[in-house]
Amino acid sequence: MKPGHPPPAMRLADNDGALGGWLLAPAVIYITLLVGFPFLLSMYYSLTDATVGNTTLSFVGLDNFRRIMQSGTFWRAMRNTFVFTLISQILVVILAKILAMALYKDFRGKWLIRLLILLPWVAPISLGTIGWLWIFDPVYSIINWTLRALSLLPANTWPIWLGQPDLAMASIVLVDVWRLLPLATVIILAGLSGIPQDIHDAAQMDGAGFWRHLFQINIPLVMPIMLVALLFGIVFTFTDMIIIYVLTRGGPFDTTQVLASLAFFTGVPGGDLAEGAAISLFLFPLLVAVVVVLLTIARRTEVT
Amino acid sequence: MHVDRYAWKRGLARLGHVVLLAAFVVFTAFPFYWMFITTFKTTLDLVDTRNNPFLFNRPPTLENLDVLFFNTQYGLWVWNTLLVGFIVVGITLLLAIPAGYSLARLSGRWGRQLAIAIFLTYLIPPTILFIPFSRIVGELGLQDSLWSLVLVYPSFTVPFCTWLMMGFFKAVPHDVEEAAMMDGLSRFGAFIRVVVPLSSAGILTVVIFTLTLVMQEFIYALTFITSSSQYTVSVGVPTFLVRGDVYFWGSLMGACLIVSIPIAILYNFFLDRFVAGFTVGAIK
Repeated sequence: MKPGHPPPAMRLADNDGALGGWLLAPAVIYITLLVGFPFLLSMYYSLTDATVGNTTLSFVGLDNFRRIMQSGTFWRAMRNTFVFTLISQILVVILAKILAMALYKDFRGKWLIRLLILLPWVAPISLGTIGWLWIFDPVYSIINWTLRALSLLPANTWPIWLGQPDLAMASIVLVDVWRLLPLATVIILAGLSGIPQDIHDAAQMDGAGFWRHLFQINIPLVMPIMLVALLFGIVFTFTDMIIIYVLTRGGPFDTTQVLASLAFFTGVPGGDLAEGAAISLFLFPLLVAVVVVLLTIARRTEVT
Repeated sequence: MHVDRYAWKRGLARLGHVVLLAAFVVFTAFPFYWMFITTFKTTLDLVDTRNNPFLFNRPPTLENLDVLFFNTQYGLWVWNTLLVGFIVVGITLLLAIPAGYSLARLSGRWGRQLAIAIFLTYLIPPTILFIPFSRIVGELGLQDSLWSLVLVYPSFTVPFCTWLMMGFFKAVPHDVEEAAMMDGLSRFGAFIRVVVPLSSAGILTVVIFTLTLVMQEFIYALTFITSSSQYTVSVGVPTFLVRGDVYFWGSLMGACLIVSIPIAILYNFFLDRFVAGFTVGAIK
């Protein structure tokens, strides 16, 4: 408040503190009711015998968790979730860094290239994935056709992309990389644009070559924002089930089942809400751990 | 001699740049080219493996789109999606604009902590919440109704849009409100009559992102909705058009393409804001 300004009337519309509270309250209440409450309910269900049909819940303690821990499918899904997330995110970060550097330069038609590169991220994911379902089709796969036309495919082989365990995992990783590459690229690009031009000029004056410039200036400076890109990539991949639902439904033989899809198939079509809730809750501590580690590193690298 | 080598090296670098970008564009955009060509191919062309599948071997056709619009409920799903989208946009604006302003201007330290708490709700994704929600929606009698989606979708649009609006309001100079308050408006009046109109670009951004987030959403719609007349487009197409072993690839690809392209173009205009909404929260 400027000196000499008359003291504000203590009406609500002028009382900053109270007004701030009132303006914020609806959003906070909505978020608490629709995120906080279901989250607690999910924890509660995981300790009961809730199913879609029953109306009375009884408390069963940690039975659901015990049952899950004994199931081979759960551990397989856990392993798949980590394999899926790690491989795809390593690829995404490396490719996105390369692509961001290529897009950082000015050239003609940049907006068109940017639009084409963004397509996988902005198109609804379930619909983009259907495009891939057709690309991976067992009979008409365009990948197989092309490989055959280029004589790269031996005469008697015809890969069934979504039907063979290793290929199915490779396929969902490929689609996930395709989907998240644009997001990571634009985030890293924003980071690159934030580096002052002086630094590049100074490095050039000192005669730093491409690789030295890359590893000693470029990468360290965008590291915090690369970690943010990685953070969101991990959160999205870790909790995603759409790609798997559309492409493989977790098959063949649960080799592409991840925690999110297992929770869905157990909880909704299977009707076992309690067990589904218990499975999905395993995601939460893992997510928190990842986020805390990455944000700590991001803040620390930013200070130095 | 020296100049020649320099020019040659530059040419090579430029060629490398073009090849690199071309490779990435093929990777990202090929599925959409593939959707496009499949949409307009006759079925006979699609299933003949002797044909070169990258090209039209028979004249293009509109038959697949005809089937999509007149023999499926596709049009209805698009309508459902837009209906839910616009109502959710309304709710999101009503909640996120005041909250964003409050966090930007009216709250001190506790406001910053609350803002971080709101950001952290990104970490409780639909994958954790859809199971309790399926029961809540049932208790409220909203199962298999678009209203269930209207109720639940703001749970992810409001946090994101509150952050976006907070960023926009912070960019408005303090003088603007002080001048308005000198002229006799209350703080609230200055917010509604002066600051909100100045932030119309931000509000438009919120509208676009809320719409696209709604169009992308999958898990809740898959969980809550069971009858085909209530589907949204992102669930209707993969569950209803991909049922059984008979795939109508032409219509299916058309269904994906028609929704994807307009969203992609809209999104492209607002991209920088979108990136800010994600990154500002993580690195202050």
